Amino acid sequence: MHLTLEFGGGLELLCQSTKIHSVDVKPKPGEDKLTMRDLLVWVESNLIKERPEMFMKGDSVRPGVLVLINDCDWELCGSLDTELEEKDNVVFISTLHGG
Amino acid sequence: MEEGGATARPRRATGRLCSTCNQRKAALKRPKTLEQICRECFYSVFEDEIHNVIMDNNLFKPGERVAVAASGGKDSTVLAYVMSELNRRHNYGLDLFLLSVDEGITGYRDDSLETVKRNEIEYGLPLKVVSYKDLYGWTMDEIVKTIGLKNNCTFCGVFRRQALDRGAALLKADKLVTGHNADDIAETVLLNILRGDIARLSRCTFITTGEDGPIPRCKPFKYTYEKEIVMYAYFKKLDYFSTECIYSPNAYRGFAREFIKDLERMRPRAILDIIRSGENFRTATSTKMPEQGTCERCGYISSQKLCKACLLLEGLNRGLPKLGIGRARGTNGLNKRVEQRNLRSERTGSNIESKQCGTLDF
Repeated sequence: MHLTLEFGGGLELLCQSTKIHSVDVKPKPGEDKLTMRDLLVWVESNLIKERPEMFMKGDSVRPGVLVLINDCDWELCGSLDTELEEKDNVVFISTLHGG
Repeated sequence: MEEGGATARPRRATGRLCSTCNQRKAALKRPKTLEQICRECFYSVFEDEIHNVIMDNNLFKPGERVAVAASGGKDSTVLAYVMSELNRRHNYGLDLFLLSVDEGITGYRDDSLETVKRNEIEYGLPLKVVSYKDLYGWTMDEIVKTIGLKNNCTFCGVFRRQALDRGAALLKADKLVTGHNADDIAETVLLNILRGDIARLSRCTFITTGEDGPIPRCKPFKYTYEKEIVMYAYFKKLDYFSTECIYSPNAYRGFAREFIKDLERMRPRAILDIIRSGENFRTATSTKMPEQGTCERCGYISSQKLCKACLLLEGLNRGLPKLGIGRARGTNGLNKRVEQRNLRSERTGSNIESKQCGTLDF
């Protein structure tokens, strides 16, 4: 599944200062759907190069990291259980850096 | 987590509609109210709430010169934008400008100052920069070289507070506004409880402080959630700087911040409730409060002979960088308080207050 992932608010520093990543992510073997829960695991092991604790806490993003799917707050569309679709745009923004 | 709605694909339920206008697709869930609202309604309610806070608390008078403390970060960028917008829209009649402090942190502040300079042009607000080097003779880089990474945030915080006041005075400002948001204030309430700092605990929730001093400062974002500030900046594509301070990983605040964020996830109202708790604390009349005077050396408000900045500076210049770190020290006419404190500690068997804040661990 083709997705565009965007990191902001300082999170880009965890993935070699690249803000926008164009990626292909496959659902877990034996499943036909990709959820945000799966995507976070994929991001943590494939894109985050340092300080993963700034991005994840438990099986979700660290509190204070905002997530938007196609410019919509993920809290409105199911958070971890959101099913992703082809060409979705997912944005992660940290609120934890500076002010 | 979220109730999925009736349709099979919760997200693609052709968008839940905005609970305010009932026309457009909702774009975010407000932490304050849990309402789902669209971008346009969010902009209005976000700006209107800040306008109402400004009006209800009489933060400004027409004709005042107001310095917006600008770091280039998210809060102050949104503050500069919203203040300039509201000033125009509601005819506040304020003469606004940006005030930045250059701490002298290579790779951090020099970059963020570039952001402020772009804001200067975009929002049409003049910019004034004051530096630690000019004011104190030391850059933060030099301070860290001398004292290491312990307590460096104490130096930076104390120096910045005074630098903003001095900068504001230099600009002949009547008031200073800062971008402290609801999350920051809740965090400060907790920190002051953790440190047993009763004087600050009662002050930290005031929307305006220093009204008896030369430059009152106020916090129009006192009730504004950080999440909404960041969402606003994102949707409006405001240009802000978000590299963390290279010296901050040791900051004690980080622990309190994380705790607040955990609470927020479970119950977003927790942030407003902590602020409310802070507002309603009443200090027992038997509690001795430090008396407010002025610093013998620089004239800045201080409850001691020397203000904190002058004390820290003296430590640096005399090669005694621990001078002025922690509050319970006998170096600055504090003996009486230390004795009281020790008495109290003996009673409770805990001496947590006299520890340096940077060395406290959970």
